[in-house]
Parts: sequence; structure tokens; C-alpha cells
Amino acid sequence: MGKSKANPPKSPFQKGGLQLAPPFTKGGLGGISFYAAITWLILVLFCAASVGLWPFPFTVDQIDAEHFAALPGGAHLLGTDATGRDIVARLLFGARVSLTVGICAPLFGLGVGLLLGMPSGLYRGWTERTIMTLADVILAFPGLVFLLVFTSVLGPSLTTITLGLGLLISPRFVRVARANTIRFSEREFIQAARIGGAGDISIMLREILPNILGPLMAYTLVVAGFVIVAEGGLGFLGLSVPSPTPSWGGMIAAGRDVLEQTPPVAMIPTAVMFLTVLSINVIGDRLRGRYDRA
Amino acid sequence: MRFIWSKITHLLLVVLAVTMLTFVMTDRLPADIAAEIAGHGASAAELAEVRERLGLNRPVLLRYATWIGGVCRGEFGKSLITEQPVSTALRSHLPVTLELLALSQLFALLLALPAGIISAWRSGSPLDRVTGTFAFGCASLPNYALAMGLVFLFALKLKLLPATGYTPLNAGIGANLKGFLLPALSIALVEWVTLMRVLRSDLIATLKEDFILLARCKGLPTWRILLVHALRPSCITFITVLGMQTASLIGGAVIIETVFALPGIGRLLVTAIFAQDFPVIQGGVLLITVSYVCINFLVDLCYAALDPRVRTGVTDG
Repeated sequence: MGKSKANPPKSPFQKGGLQLAPPFTKGGLGGISFYAAITWLILVLFCAASVGLWPFPFTVDQIDAEHFAALPGGAHLLGTDATGRDIVARLLFGARVSLTVGICAPLFGLGVGLLLGMPSGLYRGWTERTIMTLADVILAFPGLVFLLVFTSVLGPSLTTITLGLGLLISPRFVRVARANTIRFSEREFIQAARIGGAGDISIMLREILPNILGPLMAYTLVVAGFVIVAEGGLGFLGLSVPSPTPSWGGMIAAGRDVLEQTPPVAMIPTAVMFLTVLSINVIGDRLRGRYDRA
Repeated sequence: MRFIWSKITHLLLVVLAVTMLTFVMTDRLPADIAAEIAGHGASAAELAEVRERLGLNRPVLLRYATWIGGVCRGEFGKSLITEQPVSTALRSHLPVTLELLALSQLFALLLALPAGIISAWRSGSPLDRVTGTFAFGCASLPNYALAMGLVFLFALKLKLLPATGYTPLNAGIGANLKGFLLPALSIALVEWVTLMRVLRSDLIATLKEDFILLARCKGLPTWRILLVHALRPSCITFITVLGMQTASLIGGAVIIETVFALPGIGRLLVTAIFAQDFPVIQGGVLLITVSYVCINFLVDLCYAALDPRVRTGVTDG
């Protein structure tokens, strides 16, 4: 199409043929929703990290025999679940599980995606065909069957769930990394680096990686939200982290039994998960908007 | 033609790899089907006899080869637990999944098409922003939480619809549809967002084209421009996403099927995995993978039909 030849550099963001992403402050990246999202995520992270450090009247598996499925208020700020355990305590400790999965699984996928996606985008040919067939196999594999078998074989624990989800989403990262690598692989600065004597590894790490990391980070955030939701879904099949360790998904699933009598037991963890995923999506959306324009 | 053949070989390879991987993985499942069948307190000799009869002591790859041979002849084996042929089990569970799928994608389309068209036509308007925010909220909500909210509202409080359960079609179409309404809605309310977004952004791009300006100059009514002239060239990504969503829902609606106690393919598979019922797992995975792969193939063909550049290999240079 001859994109950049016809129009001379217009804005300070266009230098030569290379279009730089506009800075963060432009296009209303700020705004209340963005800062609210950041604040909420920091709050959740802080709670998850520090919950064991300050004194708290209840533990995760402490049963209050006088209050089963109690409504919010009284001794228990947000009530108790069907077995009489304090919801605030379980929410705080459950944040650890949800955030560990939500952070580690996408990072695992990102690592695999970079490791396999960049070479397949740069070399093409057989390397690409082999890697993409492998990715297609995992994509076509029924996800829940994979997770169920994976966690039943290795025993359901935080590690296996994180690893299973990470494996399951990695082909998507491979695809995104490959597509972005192809976009850059024929560009002038890559050729310049080659003429300068740079090897393949150096080109991947020093020329391609800095360029594709942005879009991939935006994608990582999208996946983080998805993974937190998916971990919760495992709770419905009884395959989330083994009790008594709480997870948000497990709490929502357990709240189903007392949905009619005490809806808050299910609604409160749902709201917390919703706000967290929403915050991640808000930030991811802003990041993506930034790279789509480039 | 070469395009189609290379696609088909690739897809066959994927199906073979997936089923083989399932075989190897399920072989390691902790549940012991032989002990289950032999019954409690069975002696070691009896256990060995059951294993021998089921062919469980042969190497995994040999069993896989036998299974593939059977599939080629149209035999999927029998469930180890109920002794029901796998094909019968799949046939009785498939309609439930298909009905759920069709209804939820129908609801998603009913939401996404008008919302996408209107917000592309009036992009930037308050209406567009409200739709966008609503969609954003929907996308951040897990479908199981949504399902529980809907159950709470419509089944437990208003008592309009059943909370769980499945009524077969021959027991009356009204009762059958009533049972599917909430599960389909809880899937659709999450799925429509992606559809709406791709339609909106593609339509916005199309509406800037010269032929839209020409259509306007000819004095065509707005609805005709939107629905006839702009929609067709804008729906390529839309169809791709629709296809991919449908494909992943065949096995991916397990949680919704669990929440609403619908006897679909997902439920069948989960039960089979927990019981280590190999033939059923294999049959289910084969069904899901083949349909996933076929839908993707159809989407590729649609792509070629809608955009001549894909078919002829001409790219704008």
C-alpha cells in the first residue's frame, strides 16, 4: 500500500518510517477508571501479600458453630459461609491463590510464547510449521479435559493448576509473538543489524523483543483476567486448590449451596473477583489502545 | 485446491496428535478402573483377569493403534462402566450441548449485531459509550457467577424459570426451552462482547470507504447502507470469531452444564474422567476435536468466499 511514503512526518511521534507510540498522557489514559483500577489492584496485592502479618480475629478454617451462613454484620464483617467460616479471612487468603494463578500462568505463557514464537516468526519454513502444528494441537485440545486430566494426574495443588493453565494458554502467546515478529522481521532496522554482523539470537533479543514486548504485555493482561476466571471455574468441578485453602472461585462455587438463604456468601466473592478482573481489563484495554495505534 | 488439501492434511495431523495425547495422559489417571469393575475386595488374580479382559496391560501405543483401527471402521468401543456403546452415549448427550450452543450463540448474535451496528454508526455518541461500558462489564464477569445471579433472580426470587434440570424435547418444547433459557443467557451475556467489538471496529473502518459515500450520494436510506452495503465486507473477522467461539463451546460449556445439571457432552466427559472410563473419554475428545477442527476449516473457507484476495492469493501490495 505504500503507507508512510506519501505522507511526510506530521507529528513528533513519527520519525522517518517508524511510528512511535504516543506517550501515556495522551488520549486520556488517565481518567478515573484507570486510576481506580490501579488502586484496587494495588490494594488487593497488598492484602494478599501481607494478610498473615497483621493480627486478624479469624483464620481461614476456623468454624464458628453459632453462625452458619450468617449475613454480613456483627462479629463477622461480611458474614460466614455455609460451614461457619469468616468470609473476610477467606477472601484475603483466597486473593493469594487467585493472584498467584493470575500472575504466574500468564507469565509462563508469555515465556513460552517468546521462546517459540520469535524463532518461528524469524526463521519461517520448517521451524515455523513444526511449532505452529504443536500450538494447533494444544489449541484443539479440549481445554477442560486437559486441565482435569492434568490436575488429577499430578494432584490438584496451586502449582499444578498454575502450570496447567499456563500450558493451556501458551499456544495463544506463541501465535501473538509470531505474528508480531513477522511484522518486524523484514524491517530496515533488522536488515541494518544483520549487515552490522548481528547473529539471530542478538536480533531476537535486542531488535525484535523490545518491539513486540508492548503488545504482548497488553495481551498478558487480557489473559490474566481470563485465567483468574478459569481458576474459579475449576472450583465448580471440585478441582480448584484443595480445601481448606480458600480461592475466590471455590468460594463462589460453595456459595451455590446457600444461594437461596444467604446470597451474600456467593455474591461477595463474585463482586471481588469481578472488580479485580474489571481492573485488569481496564488497564489492559488502555495498554492495547496504545499499541493498536502504533 | 492445493490450499484445501494442505489444510486437510494439517487438520488430520492435529486430530491424530490430540487423540494420542489424550490416550497417553488418561493412562496416568489416578483412578483405577479395573478395581472399580472387579468390585471391593477383589483378589489380585481377579484384578489381573479384569485388566487382561479390558486389555489394560498392553502398552499404551498398541492400545491406541487398536482404538484408531476401530474408529476407522466406525467402532468407538463400549463404556467400561455402563457397557453402553460410546456412540450411543455421545448421541444421547450431543443434542443437549448442541441446543445449548445454538441458543446461546443466537442470543449472543441478537445482542451483538444491533449493538455493533448502532455503536459503529453513531461511534463516539453517548449511546456508543454506554454500550461499550456495559460490554466491558459483561466481559469481566465469569459466566458461572452470571449463571448464579440469573438463577437467584429468575428461579429463586421470581420463580419464573427452573433453577436446574433438563427436560427432553419430546416432553414439550416449552418446558424444554424454559430449561435452556438461563444457561444459554449466561453464556451469551459473556460471549456477545467480543462479537460486538470486532463488528463495531470493522464497520467503522468500512463506513469510511468511498463506496459508502457513493451509496449515500445516491440517496440510499441509512438502514440499507448499514445492513446491505457495509455489513458484508465488515463481517469477516466477525464470522471468524463466531466460528472460534462456537468451536470452543462444544467442550467448554462444562461449568454451565454443571451449574444447571444439563446432561451435555461436557458432563459426560467430566464423569468419564473421574471414573477413568477410557473409551468414553476418547470418544468425547475425538468428537470435540473433530468438530473444533471442522469448524475452523469452514471458517477458513468462509473467509475465502467473503474475501476474494484470500482465495486467489492476491494481496494488496
